Amino acid sequence: MSVLVDKNSKVIVQGFTGSEGSFHAQQMIEYGTNVVGGVTPGKGGQSHLDRPVFNTVKDAVEKAGANVSIIFVPPPFAADAIMESADAGIKVIICITEGIPVKDMIPVKEYVKSRNCVLIGPNCPGVITPGQAKVGIMPGFVFKQGRIGIISKSGTLTYEAADQIVKAGLGVSTAIGIGGDPIIGTPTKDAVEMLMNDPETDAIVMIGEIGGSYEADAARWIKANGNKKPVVGFIAGQTAPAGRRMGHAGAIVGGHDDTASAKMKIMAECGLHVVESPADIGSKMLEVLGSKAN
Amino acid sequence: MNIHEYQAKQILKSFGVAVQEGIVATTADEAHSAALKLKEQYGSDFVVIKAQIHAGGRGKGSIIGKEQRGVAVAKNADKAKEIASNLIGGTLVTIQTGPKGKLVSKVLVAQDVYYPGSSEPKEYYMSVMLDRSQSKNIIVYSTEGGMDIEHVAEHTPHLIHKETIDPKVGLQAFQARKIAFNLGCEGEAFKQMVKFVTALYTAYDKADAAMFEINPVLKTSDDKIIAVDGKVDIDDNALYRHADYMAMRDTAEEDPTEVEAKEFNLNYVKLDGNVGCMVNGAGLAMATMDIIKLSGGDPANFLDVGGSANATTVEAGFRIILKDPNVKAILINIFGGIVRCDRVAQGVVDAYKSIGNIPVPIIVRLQGTNAEAAKKLIDESGLKVYSAIVLKEAAELVQKAVAGNI
Repeated sequence: MSVLVDKNSKVIVQGFTGSEGSFHAQQMIEYGTNVVGGVTPGKGGQSHLDRPVFNTVKDAVEKAGANVSIIFVPPPFAADAIMESADAGIKVIICITEGIPVKDMIPVKEYVKSRNCVLIGPNCPGVITPGQAKVGIMPGFVFKQGRIGIISKSGTLTYEAADQIVKAGLGVSTAIGIGGDPIIGTPTKDAVEMLMNDPETDAIVMIGEIGGSYEADAARWIKANGNKKPVVGFIAGQTAPAGRRMGHAGAIVGGHDDTASAKMKIMAECGLHVVESPADIGSKMLEVLGSKAN
Repeated sequence: MNIHEYQAKQILKSFGVAVQEGIVATTADEAHSAALKLKEQYGSDFVVIKAQIHAGGRGKGSIIGKEQRGVAVAKNADKAKEIASNLIGGTLVTIQTGPKGKLVSKVLVAQDVYYPGSSEPKEYYMSVMLDRSQSKNIIVYSTEGGMDIEHVAEHTPHLIHKETIDPKVGLQAFQARKIAFNLGCEGEAFKQMVKFVTALYTAYDKADAAMFEINPVLKTSDDKIIAVDGKVDIDDNALYRHADYMAMRDTAEEDPTEVEAKEFNLNYVKLDGNVGCMVNGAGLAMATMDIIKLSGGDPANFLDVGGSANATTVEAGFRIILKDPNVKAILINIFGGIVRCDRVAQGVVDAYKSIGNIPVPIIVRLQGTNAEAAKKLIDESGLKVYSAIVLKEAAELVQKAVAGNI
């Protein structure tokens, strides 16, 4: 079953004919993702990568039955692209674009709430359900099929976690890159909830970073809901100085609650298995699952 | 992007927010004539001289080697000149600058706004920012103005109020009135506060700000409401639509290595440690810094080379990290996905040869596409470069390097 995307997902690419969109659409097709077409306003009716190009998302939904969209539109136009998808009835919108102004995202967040859809990102690597669908920019070969769900704000750190899980002899059910911006469509807690309710997922890796309260909110939710599945947690940025933005727009320590240590403390108190070193994610998961089996 | 107080006030004023007026001076003589000009305009001999640096705590900070605070009142133009000559060219140390302090190259000569009148002047605190948990803007305000707001939050949290702005309709008049009532404003001051709050939120919205902090907001003795200080942070992602704000960037306030890194499109933050690092991806870069710390070292920097690490970016990264004399080892951590590890490895080898003698051990951890071939390439290069594939191995190598064992 997995979450968000699977072999039945009919994916369209917004910003299909641009260089990023083309490259990653090709990679997704090679992976086996069911890419049914793309949207580039003004190029409707053309064909690209042997798939139809549509002028609007609405056309793609009506003519190709699209239900998942991945967005590679440049930052000034990305907010509009998200709302177009939401309005057209797309159920899962994945926005890869990095650099969307906060002012543009505030109304987008409200807009998608009023539509029946899920927004993942922006500024994220996407979502992969190994063996079924890769709707993102991650290297597919790292993610072997299995029963561990992964949630992360960061791209390469998600790949790192997946690699360790696979090297530990386990595999991945669905990996969700939720994004590193101050405003994202699906906060950590919502992503955790999806994986907790997924019968194909036995345990979860939850990776966060400095800034905001999403990880603490998720940890409290996990505890309040009875710690149904083991969660291994890590927060990047234990050594980050206050007041400096560490790459991601959202990765900044303002107050005490933003720090890695504050978040890790809350996570541990809520019964998550917190690792101090990002090198220990895989081994910790094995240990946790092993002790559970005993 | 951070800007100076005088620039912040320019932005606020452009949206109708009342501010303490002032004139920027870069020499003591300019400060003298600025003070005279302000006297002409406002009829008072008194002016305030404020050092313009990108750091808070100026009023309590002082100039190295001089008994001079970063913000000082001058009772006349001659005194203004004297204070300005102490400040300009001096190094100001405040609670936020660290012990090295910051060079003062400009001062703001500002009107005296604490003049006596029919009522007592009163200071308030006000800021506008994104509340990340709600994904909505909020106005934070308090009657406890002019002091460290974190201190207020810790000791008297009930004195800090928050007003959430509904993005569908923006700030409403009743909200501005509520703020003015909660701050205890009356009569003319109440009207002026409503006007101030409304203009401030409009400015925040239109300017694509990431944060406004006005501390203090002052009610003058004749019931005007003005911003006496202003900290304005503009959303970097929105700068493309504000060329005028982009021109306000003062690179002299930034670390020179960070300015250079930006020219190479490298995301670099200078830190104080002894192990440099170069990583693809912001999250993995932070995680790599954590590994350095756990291995007994201290990260010398944050450096995200982005998704397209190649020989050029690797060489630029090396050169920037090596500018820091504290660096005793360098850890390169690349998780190759779309980027092929053997290409990055070749980039490392080429950059090493191009730079010549790199005096510190380099640990290269390449994982992902073609990782084995990459390791082979590095191991056979004959250079003083240590390779690893698994993150744990890299951590162990860092530990050895920090201890001086490789």
